[in-house]
Amino acid sequence: MIFGNIGSILLISSLFFSIYLVLIILKDYRLVTDTISTKIYVLTFFQLTTIVLSFVFLIFSFISSDFSLASVYQNSHSTKPLFYKISGTWGNHEGSLLLWLLVLSLFLFLFIIQSKKDLKKYRLLTILFQNLIIIGFLIFVIKTSNPFLNLYPIPSEGLGLNPILQDPALAIHPPILYLGYVGSSIIFSSALAAMIEKYVNKIWATSIKIWIIISWVFLTIGIMLGSFWAYYELGWGGFWFWDPVENVSLMPWLTLTALLHSIIILEKRETFHSWTLILSIICFTLSMNGTFLVRSGILNSIHTFANDPTRGLYILIFLSILVFFSLIIFYLYQPEKETNTKFFLFSRETSILINNWFMVFFLIVVLIGTIYPLILEILNGSKISVGPPFFNILIIPFLISFLVFMTIGPRMNWINTENKSIIKKKLFHLLIVIIIFSPIFFYFNRANIINSLILILGIFLLLSLLNELKEFFIKNKKRNISKIISHMGFAILIISISLNNIFSIEIDTNLKVGDSYKFKKYELIFKNISGKVEKNYNSVIGKFILKDIKGNIFYLNPEIRVYEHPPMITSEASIKTKFFYDNYITMSNIQGGEYYNIRFQKKFMMIWIWISTLIIALGGLLRVFKK
Amino acid sequence: MFGKKVKSRILFISLLLFSLVLLTYIFFKALEDNVIYFKSPSEIKNISETEMKKKIRVGGMVKTDSIKSYPDYISFTITDFKSEINVTYSGSIPNLFSEGKGVVAEGILKDKNYFIASKILAKHDENYMPPNDKNLNNSNK
Repeated sequence: MIFGNIGSILLISSLFFSIYLVLIILKDYRLVTDTISTKIYVLTFFQLTTIVLSFVFLIFSFISSDFSLASVYQNSHSTKPLFYKISGTWGNHEGSLLLWLLVLSLFLFLFIIQSKKDLKKYRLLTILFQNLIIIGFLIFVIKTSNPFLNLYPIPSEGLGLNPILQDPALAIHPPILYLGYVGSSIIFSSALAAMIEKYVNKIWATSIKIWIIISWVFLTIGIMLGSFWAYYELGWGGFWFWDPVENVSLMPWLTLTALLHSIIILEKRETFHSWTLILSIICFTLSMNGTFLVRSGILNSIHTFANDPTRGLYILIFLSILVFFSLIIFYLYQPEKETNTKFFLFSRETSILINNWFMVFFLIVVLIGTIYPLILEILNGSKISVGPPFFNILIIPFLISFLVFMTIGPRMNWINTENKSIIKKKLFHLLIVIIIFSPIFFYFNRANIINSLILILGIFLLLSLLNELKEFFIKNKKRNISKIISHMGFAILIISISLNNIFSIEIDTNLKVGDSYKFKKYELIFKNISGKVEKNYNSVIGKFILKDIKGNIFYLNPEIRVYEHPPMITSEASIKTKFFYDNYITMSNIQGGEYYNIRFQKKFMMIWIWISTLIIALGGLLRVFKK
Repeated sequence: MFGKKVKSRILFISLLLFSLVLLTYIFFKALEDNVIYFKSPSEIKNISETEMKKKIRVGGMVKTDSIKSYPDYISFTITDFKSEINVTYSGSIPNLFSEGKGVVAEGILKDKNYFIASKILAKHDENYMPPNDKNLNNSNK
């Protein structure tokens, strides 16, 4: 009870600090000094502290199962393990928005510390814009999603956290994803500020680049964790489903990736000013949009929380205002046309521009596939969904040319010198690789040319990068190591996904205890079932034996768990991970009868999909620490 | 007639327009081919001939005492309390699939009373209702 009241008071005081901060900034903006007022440091520190404290109080309320708070009552239970009590704090709508807010103000504080060398007025405006976003979110949290709402009478027991959310990967998935999402808010604020102050130049690019990389690294890891969780917890056995909720996280990622590349041109060649600014604005808009779509309950997905139209409406209005104002600022303060820079066709600039075109294209595909059903429903009321083939048809063919450009592009020099000969050399290498590998792949996989081609190009990209790595280590040439590592991660990801597509096996059958099922070179035996009673669930465990033709034996034990709080049944997949493949099995009972539905999958290169994504992020991380 | 600069600009713009038109066409074609409509059993009764051949989703409640399981498939009935439709399905079944609960099945209609499902959608939410049934349930209360 007491925690809840303090939490509310803290949030409201934070709102006061933020509003006061706006006034101070406006006053300081008119003063002719070189450094910003120390009051700003103090106020942002107070703002951050109050939000952090309220979050800590919320965590305490969850740990102590204080059911006087509606958010604790709805999402926690006294028998839940401690770890999940804590992660339950952000496993729900109210708590996760408080976390958004926390990261917003944390990044503002870090920005103030990190940007000391920058222009004063630019800093002030960035702080102002970021602070306005914080105020918007503070009002949103206090008005529509206050995690500290009291319940009376106090319930004696909570409703429990959805059991599929009780999972280690998912406990850290939202915070990491938010660091990525919210990181883009700083990029947005500073882009607007830089525009107004005519500060869009090399210095700005260098100082904002670190924020782009950090957001991108966290978003990459956040998406990977979500995907990893879906793989083992939801029991479908895939890593990407083109589910709307996945798509909304992919869209800011694609924009950030484009931005990550275009900012380099701005830094090195001082071109693409407007384009970089547009990307910065789009990126935060998409992050907000993601929050709106997920929170409003418009999307029918596993993430949808209790539907509350006012929340969605608030975010939508807030988002529209932000976009509207940033467009006005863009219209008024648009950077002047770059006239003096000469553009070379065969150069690094072009290759980065091509990268950006591809990213924007992928972005448009994902955007249309995600919002088309929403638009159609508003227009004529028909309910539709866009299936994965839509995305595959539009993305995969373009991936082929994308991979070719990705191999050649980064090897180009900034200003045209010998670029044509580099292109010729690379294309010649490519031809050799295709000639060598094609027969092998067509032998294994005659049906799918596109898949084989992507695999070959992925290998080609990897080889080319390994060569670059060799030049760095053996010949001591100057090379951008973090770029090489990230690109290598991407190459391994592409290779793993195509091998996964080509070689994976999946069977689906209904079996009784004692049955065995033969397929291809394998035999699956349903040995027996046993029961188990755990602290917060009961489970039925199936014992399966998988034999292959070479006499290898695997034991697989999928579970069906019956949770009581809230009442829910989940399937726990049994996964045996090997270096090159995963054996993956799930079972579910059919209407209490003796038949169980068994789904067995042999998924190739699964572990490499996760590892490669981490390698991609690692490249960015190295860049951050190099500075 | 035109200077070199103007010429290359015209070429650039026409190329851009051409690729835009082409892309728009590809997008709409891909959308048209891959959009799956959601229908209730009642809506299926007056479905058009062309729609019958397409993949659709049927949503409603699993009728009580209608699930029958066989070694390689199961059969059940989806109802919206006005009309119903028979469904056969072989493949993995979400745990939340049971009689008296909401279900969404994806597949192809054999005729207006018989649906061959290729997928039963796992909605991992015990309170999940197919969109059409939300109104229906509220009015019953």
